Amino acid sequence: MFAAAAAALLVAMAMALVRAVAGPTVYDRILAVNAIGTKTLLMIAVVGFLTRRPEFLDIALVYALINFIGTVAVTKFVKHRHLGHPANLNGEGEL
Amino acid sequence: MIAGLLDMASWGLVLAGSLVILVGTLGLLRLPDLFTRLHGTGMTDTMGAGLLVLGMLLQTTDWLIAVKLVLILVFLAITSPTTSHALASAALYGGLTPWRLSDRKDEP
Repeated sequence: MFAAAAAALLVAMAMALVRAVAGPTVYDRILAVNAIGTKTLLMIAVVGFLTRRPEFLDIALVYALINFIGTVAVTKFVKHRHLGHPANLNGEGEL
Repeated sequence: MIAGLLDMASWGLVLAGSLVILVGTLGLLRLPDLFTRLHGTGMTDTMGAGLLVLGMLLQTTDWLIAVKLVLILVFLAITSPTTSHALASAALYGGLTPWRLSDRKDEP
């Protein structure tokens, strides 16, 4: 059962990778990398269940947070060309 | 009897979750525009992961694992829409206009 889920996740990751490479705009690439991150998170959890090792869920939890922070940071960088303080952006600082 | 039922339920949930993930990623691949793809991956993150995690939840008897799984689900349900929103606003700010039906070039 979990092996089937792991296989499906692998195929989904491959498809997201194709979109990451082929994505015309930079936003498609950010989106694809975010999708791959989520699938890696689920893959870690599934493998944790496959090998009867519940510690993997901690790794999946941390991965979920870091994936979010990374995607938001890249999005902000692409939007504002720098990650600096928004003071000089005439109120455009928020995402 | 109950164990068999639980196993069957978790089987169904996990396979349904995998199916939703595959369809969502197919949407990411096939849809014409960034904003439509955002819908595809958004669905994958929340629905697909939700079903998968629920399937795993039924498999565990240890409450600590269940708490971690529910936490993963909560974090994903919160962060996934946030990233989609941030990405969409960045794309609009960057001048990307949503896809119109009139933009259809090759398909019939």
